Amino acid sequence: MDFDLTEEQRLLKDSIDGLLTDCYDFDSRKKYMQEKGGWSKAVWGKLAEQGLLGLPFSEADGGFGGGGVETMIVMEALGKALVLEPYLATVVIGGGFLRHAGTDAQKAAHVPGIVDGSKTLAFAQLEKNSRYDLFDVATTAKKKGDAYVIDGEKFVVLNGENADTLIVTARTKGNRRDTTGIGVFLVPADAKGVARKSYPTQDGLHAADITFTGVEVGSDAAIGNPEDSLALIERVVDEARIALCAEAVGLMDESLKTTVEYIKTRKQFGVAIGSFQSLQHRASDMFVAAEQARSMSMFATMAGDFEDARERSNAIAAAKVQIGKSLKFVGQQSIQLHGGIGMTMEAKIGHYFKRLTMIENTFGDTDYHQRRVADAGGLI
Amino acid sequence: MDLAFTKEEQAFREEVRSFFRDNVPPDTRRKLVEGRHLSKDEMVTWWRILNKKGWGVSHWPKEYGGTGWTAVQHYIFNEELQSYPAPQPLAFGVSMVGPVIYTFGNEEQKKKYLPRIANVDDWWCQGFSEPGSGSDLASLRTKAERKGDKWIINGQKTWTTLAQHADMIFCLCRTDANAKKQMGISFIVFSMHSKGVTVRPIQTIDGGHEVNEVFFDNVEVPIENLIGEENKGWDYAKFLLGNERTGIARVGVSKERLRRIRDLAGKVESGGKPIIQDASFREKLAACEIELKALELTQLRVVADEGKHGKGKPNPASSVLKIKGSEIQQTTTELLMEVIGPFAAPYDVHGDDGSNEAMDWTAQIAPSYFNNRKVSIYGGSNEIQRNIIAKAVLGL
Repeated sequence: MDFDLTEEQRLLKDSIDGLLTDCYDFDSRKKYMQEKGGWSKAVWGKLAEQGLLGLPFSEADGGFGGGGVETMIVMEALGKALVLEPYLATVVIGGGFLRHAGTDAQKAAHVPGIVDGSKTLAFAQLEKNSRYDLFDVATTAKKKGDAYVIDGEKFVVLNGENADTLIVTARTKGNRRDTTGIGVFLVPADAKGVARKSYPTQDGLHAADITFTGVEVGSDAAIGNPEDSLALIERVVDEARIALCAEAVGLMDESLKTTVEYIKTRKQFGVAIGSFQSLQHRASDMFVAAEQARSMSMFATMAGDFEDARERSNAIAAAKVQIGKSLKFVGQQSIQLHGGIGMTMEAKIGHYFKRLTMIENTFGDTDYHQRRVADAGGLI
Repeated sequence: MDLAFTKEEQAFREEVRSFFRDNVPPDTRRKLVEGRHLSKDEMVTWWRILNKKGWGVSHWPKEYGGTGWTAVQHYIFNEELQSYPAPQPLAFGVSMVGPVIYTFGNEEQKKKYLPRIANVDDWWCQGFSEPGSGSDLASLRTKAERKGDKWIINGQKTWTTLAQHADMIFCLCRTDANAKKQMGISFIVFSMHSKGVTVRPIQTIDGGHEVNEVFFDNVEVPIENLIGEENKGWDYAKFLLGNERTGIARVGVSKERLRRIRDLAGKVESGGKPIIQDASFREKLAACEIELKALELTQLRVVADEGKHGKGKPNPASSVLKIKGSEIQQTTTELLMEVIGPFAAPYDVHGDDGSNEAMDWTAQIAPSYFNNRKVSIYGGSNEIQRNIIAKAVLGL
């Protein structure tokens, strides 16, 4: 039982915190949003230089062999600085599929580009009616000789606008909600038949709705078993949920800090409003919520290595519930305690609130995961 | 960072668990499961078994009978004790006055009191709160005047838990009426059998008798019963209250209660099927279990931190334990009420000694719900805890 970081992990934390302190204040972020694609290639290059984009890959694949704790450290730091760059989509999710099930050839084709920052990925999974069920896949991948032909529509694909390669879930067999017959395919974003409709998201990121019309890929495009990859998808999405929990912890830390600073300086009735007990108690409750979230983010990180998939998923679902409840409270009360200024685009707190809010609805919201835990027989 | 228990820690858990299995009197365990109060004899019997094993005052320094366990071992021991369940050591002696005596007392006091605390030869109670001094404890008015080789004590304490069983009391008394309020307080111990001590029961809303008013009318106490220095009592009180930071979450207690809820919810029917099959009930139960898991992890963070860096600097997360721990305890008693529904109503006029078989399992559920409203009030109300977080953690 040990909650401390190792010396190496501490160095990693210091280095990413240092990098983001230097290049990611709120004004810089506004500039990065205006760049093509909505994020900074220069910052992405710096993350690559520091080895952060290759962090979770094995040394044999050209990475640095980091584990769950290392990813947690990075995601927390990215949350704290409200980073726009597509780390989750490219390194955590895209990288996750390649690490867990990629062939040597697939890894050789994609990992170096991720590690050096020249290529980004996106995960095309959500469909019109699938909501949070990962097995609910209507998009099809039909075998045609040696190739697969993909048809279907995917929505709100994070980094879908910029990605060089899309990772697409598609059904090779069976009906829409069958748990078997689902495959995962690497599709070049510029392949014939791929049409992208891009837009910014509420939290300042960028996404795309993507239509696949008779898109042909080789049989070597399938990651894992094209007829039975739900377990793989669940594993990688669980890792994405863990990463989101850590990002939310970073966001909540910064929201609380910003809010406490604000109520210490904002004066009304001749005194700092932070001297009022009703506001102090609210801030204390925000602290409690953030600490409970931090505990569960650590729990989720640990659960990522559980061997039993059911136990792993149950633990991570529980973490997502706690994070969802905490982030809603911390996010909403941050705005409330800021008062009118919290409602403006100009103040940074609202942007933290928006990112937190979007995290709740990504890969399963609080109700969804609470039901999963309940149906699995609880957590005690 | 490694959140798993080591092999040694897991083996320790097994050792503790099997000791409880073999040594906790079955009737004592059953009464705890059913939320009943135990008799003085039942409690003392168990504590002496524990003390004989060498675990009665596990967290004390080794020289005074402690175990030398790591912070994590203490955590495991407490969790197993609470969730077995077995009676927890008498906090007033073991967790409160004991550490004050071995830290601030003189050699004679240590020799005289510590072994008797460990074996519960004396039952101790706590003389802190007064009718006019609750959250504002330092406003207390019970007076100790020095007269020759005696203290003469006059005043009143209240909410004195289990004073009806007590042989000894540790008491905050005002010894300097002119000093600033925190500065004129002393920490004095004396016999509850002294002339001039009167105990009057307070019946609480659950119908039980846990707490009392205690009156002092010219009680004569030997001068050597002052612990530490005169007028430094407030420092010792703060030490005492800060000493038991992690036990307050009572994670094991809530775990045990959640298991009971799940068990009962599988038996009690609603709409023609066990209530556990009701999705909304199941989700409420899951929500509580998730909160408890988060609290358990938060507690482990504090425990691990203490183990590594000592108790000197409190981990900011420790402030969370009291607030969340009490909220969750209250939620579990609410869920139990929900499970038994209309059978919460009958009131067992026989009290809770278990003699009335007809009332069996439902009898203590409503009283336990009423009784547990106290947990967000005692030990520094949750509002006081929020003040502490605001001031000490957030710097407001």
